[in-house]
Amino acid sequence: MSFLDSFWQQRLELLLSAGRAAGADLVEVFLERGDRLGVMAEQERVTSVSPSFVSGAGVRVFRGKDHGYRDGFVSTNDLSEAGLLQALDQALGMLGLERNGAAAADFQGLPALKDYGISKQSWLDQSPGVSVIAERLLEGTARLEQHAQHLQARRGSYSRDWQEVMVAASDGTFARDLRLHQTLGLSVLAADGEHRASVARRFGSTDHPEDLLVWDADGTARDIAASTGTMLYADYVDAGTYPVVLANKFGGVIFHEACGHLLETTQLERGTSPFAGRIGEPIAHEAVTAIDEGLSNRHFGSIAMDDEGLEPQRTTLIENGVLKAFLSDRAGEWRTGQPRTGSGRRQSYAFSAASRMRNTFIAAGPHSPAELIGSIDNGLYCKVMGGGSVGPTGQFNFSVEEGYLIENGELGKPVKGATLIGDAETVMPRISMCANDLDLAAGFCGSVSGSVYVTVGQPHVKVDSITVGGR
Amino acid sequence: MLNTDQLQDQLSALAQAHGLSRWDMGASCSTDLSVQVDRGKAHQLKGAQRSAVTVRVWNSDGRVGITSCSDLSADGLAQALAGAAEASAFGDLQDPPDLSPRSTESLEPLKREPQATRPIQEMVQTLISAEQRLLDRHPSIGTVPYNGLSQRRGERVYLNSLGARRHEERSSASLYLYARAEEAGRKPRSAGAVRLGHGTDELDVQGCIDEAAELTISHLDYAPIDTGTYTCVFSPEAFLDLMGAFSNLFNARSVLDGLSLSKRESLGETVAVPFFSLWDDARHPANLGASAFDGEGTPTARLPLIEGGVLRQFLHSEGTARQFGVASTGHAGMGAKVSVSPDWFEIGPTPGAGCGDASLNRFQADGVVWIDSLSALHAGVKASQGAFSLPFDGWLLKGGERRSIEAATVAGDIRQVLKSLLAFEGEAQVTPDGLCPHVWVEGLAITGEA
Repeated sequence: MSFLDSFWQQRLELLLSAGRAAGADLVEVFLERGDRLGVMAEQERVTSVSPSFVSGAGVRVFRGKDHGYRDGFVSTNDLSEAGLLQALDQALGMLGLERNGAAAADFQGLPALKDYGISKQSWLDQSPGVSVIAERLLEGTARLEQHAQHLQARRGSYSRDWQEVMVAASDGTFARDLRLHQTLGLSVLAADGEHRASVARRFGSTDHPEDLLVWDADGTARDIAASTGTMLYADYVDAGTYPVVLANKFGGVIFHEACGHLLETTQLERGTSPFAGRIGEPIAHEAVTAIDEGLSNRHFGSIAMDDEGLEPQRTTLIENGVLKAFLSDRAGEWRTGQPRTGSGRRQSYAFSAASRMRNTFIAAGPHSPAELIGSIDNGLYCKVMGGGSVGPTGQFNFSVEEGYLIENGELGKPVKGATLIGDAETVMPRISMCANDLDLAAGFCGSVSGSVYVTVGQPHVKVDSITVGGR
Repeated sequence: MLNTDQLQDQLSALAQAHGLSRWDMGASCSTDLSVQVDRGKAHQLKGAQRSAVTVRVWNSDGRVGITSCSDLSADGLAQALAGAAEASAFGDLQDPPDLSPRSTESLEPLKREPQATRPIQEMVQTLISAEQRLLDRHPSIGTVPYNGLSQRRGERVYLNSLGARRHEERSSASLYLYARAEEAGRKPRSAGAVRLGHGTDELDVQGCIDEAAELTISHLDYAPIDTGTYTCVFSPEAFLDLMGAFSNLFNARSVLDGLSLSKRESLGETVAVPFFSLWDDARHPANLGASAFDGEGTPTARLPLIEGGVLRQFLHSEGTARQFGVASTGHAGMGAKVSVSPDWFEIGPTPGAGCGDASLNRFQADGVVWIDSLSALHAGVKASQGAFSLPFDGWLLKGGERRSIEAATVAGDIRQVLKSLLAFEGEAQVTPDGLCPHVWVEGLAITGEA
């Protein structure tokens, strides 16, 4: 089965026409077919191979300004005509509408398909098979054993997410895409007496089936071994307020969580963004320019089209500290007036799309990383960041997986257990220096429309003052 | 409606056609409805019809293969079984799971009839009314940005080639209200409450409004806290969250994988103060997610994990139980490598061992931090290291009076926490994650935002 089969267009037109005839201002159908694979290796053997297949549809019905910009969304695994009509009926019913058997007079059918997947037909077949995956994972766990000490557990894991998606809407949207995301990670737990350290690294690839073959198992294992050796005996950081330098690549998670989410129209709709109505105003230090885009080749958050069928853009969010734009989806545009940016994203058919980040990063600045560290007498260098979150009032928190004290402008001893806390309005003006080494890292972002693939990034940046939770 | 006889016949025939004599299957289907509102209007209305099936097979070498699928039709079952047969070529021979010998034991059903669902427009009206009543509680409460009312009705089955036929139906409903309040010249504050029930009619809507309002208002007058070491009292929900984050202490799978804070020989060791006991009770009447059987068909039961401060038992799947030489405990998932997870914790005093320092009373306390809720556990807990550093909402107590803490983290080590418990205070309270009284702990590091 592929959504390229011609009967899908007829089935979709039936749904869209019936929905419009019932009184909906817009009807959208998202179809998805997925083929997923998970493989795990522990020590010297493969311990789990887990394939899964999924298919489903999400039907969304909108009523516009005259009806308060309301929408109803129903998802189903039943892709039969009866199943899809049942989902449509339920979505219509949520808005007080009822299908009447008529066809919509003003819906003339779907236009020619925009097929972004046409050149990607062979991606699934080109993806590595389980034997190759197992070989690479076992190479990784063997390299860990070779390079690291005091290991109690070694793991390698792989996941493949292949998706065929099709979006059709009564405004003439009709587009299809094929997507391929692969991740490969290594992790260890090291223990020596009472000392323990867990370290992990994950590689993410999009759209390139062969990327698994070029993954550097030895380099990853050496990196993990170095971090493990450092962090196993690290002391806990003393709590306090410090200037900090955040490393490049995954250090960008702080901007993603602390500020990026507050620039999504879903937050404007809720009234939870402190940046609402502030386009054109300074919200960050003039050293900060921040961008979100979905176009870059090989980056984890890149998309040929968003999950509402719109091509992605390069969106400058902040330029020299001044707020320039928000990230918007279809509902966000309706409800907030912010124009769509190709940012309507969802984990799967089971979620309605929402404005979400793609590849988000702080642009490079003029300094070297050494200049940033050299400008601090007593502070913290956050080399590897962990996860984080942001609360409903903009309060954020991030764990620091690998940190070092900065003493008299130089890196000092390693420290663990640090958590950075603050709020975006306070911290963004304190990012006073950006280095010239912008780099990006693959990640996952969980929010209102599920977990989506994203890239975070930045050069090394200096925050003049931030609260560091510790012991 | 899942037809166990039909599924059993279909799987048996498919397995036979592939020359497979050993197999099992878990399947589920559900319907969901949820609503969110925004200042008196329906904001987003959602529905879902879900189905899922997972099939495992054992090939002639004894290797296990597994495949999941969202299609419960005959075609979907055939795809899942064929996929599992193919995946079995890569099964682990050293530590393969087996069918649970307890999967055919007689099962004590849970006496919970699924409740009727409510029409979505009725749900919208209920939530709009709740939102308005919460907004009316204080002039500073301007919005309820996070709110939702949802209901679910579903069923699940477990079948295997030993003849196991497990089936259960259940329904659930939830309500959450998180208010945002702001006073002139001060930072916005937020707090909320959640209520669960077997159906919408069971939800304590007024209680949810009262709790959300009381908590939100209590955080309006806030102040920073000095960084230092404090005696803390955890709310039942916060302490259960903390214990849940470190449940690898009791997880036999984690023990075998070297990822637990415990070792095989840890059973019998003192891990907490003598008055502390902890049970896992999937079948507790207050556990709204209760199941009568786990992912391998093994019956669930109430288990003592820590008694009198001593580690008594681990949670097991069929495979871990076999390696430990004990019976499976009903905590398995379903997989090529089977996961083990807790169900619902019950924390309380050890019979005959008291409750610790009976003089402790948070309404008379001075200089004590009351931790109401923890957040960002996914980022701030290092489960295999025992360490945590977590943001929290709470109050600094002065003469028994609460003053909201502006922003702070609490850090410590779970092993040290369990040995630094001072007391249980008051009666145990039911939360979504378990049953627990307020818990006093000394010597925790608190960092305040400067």
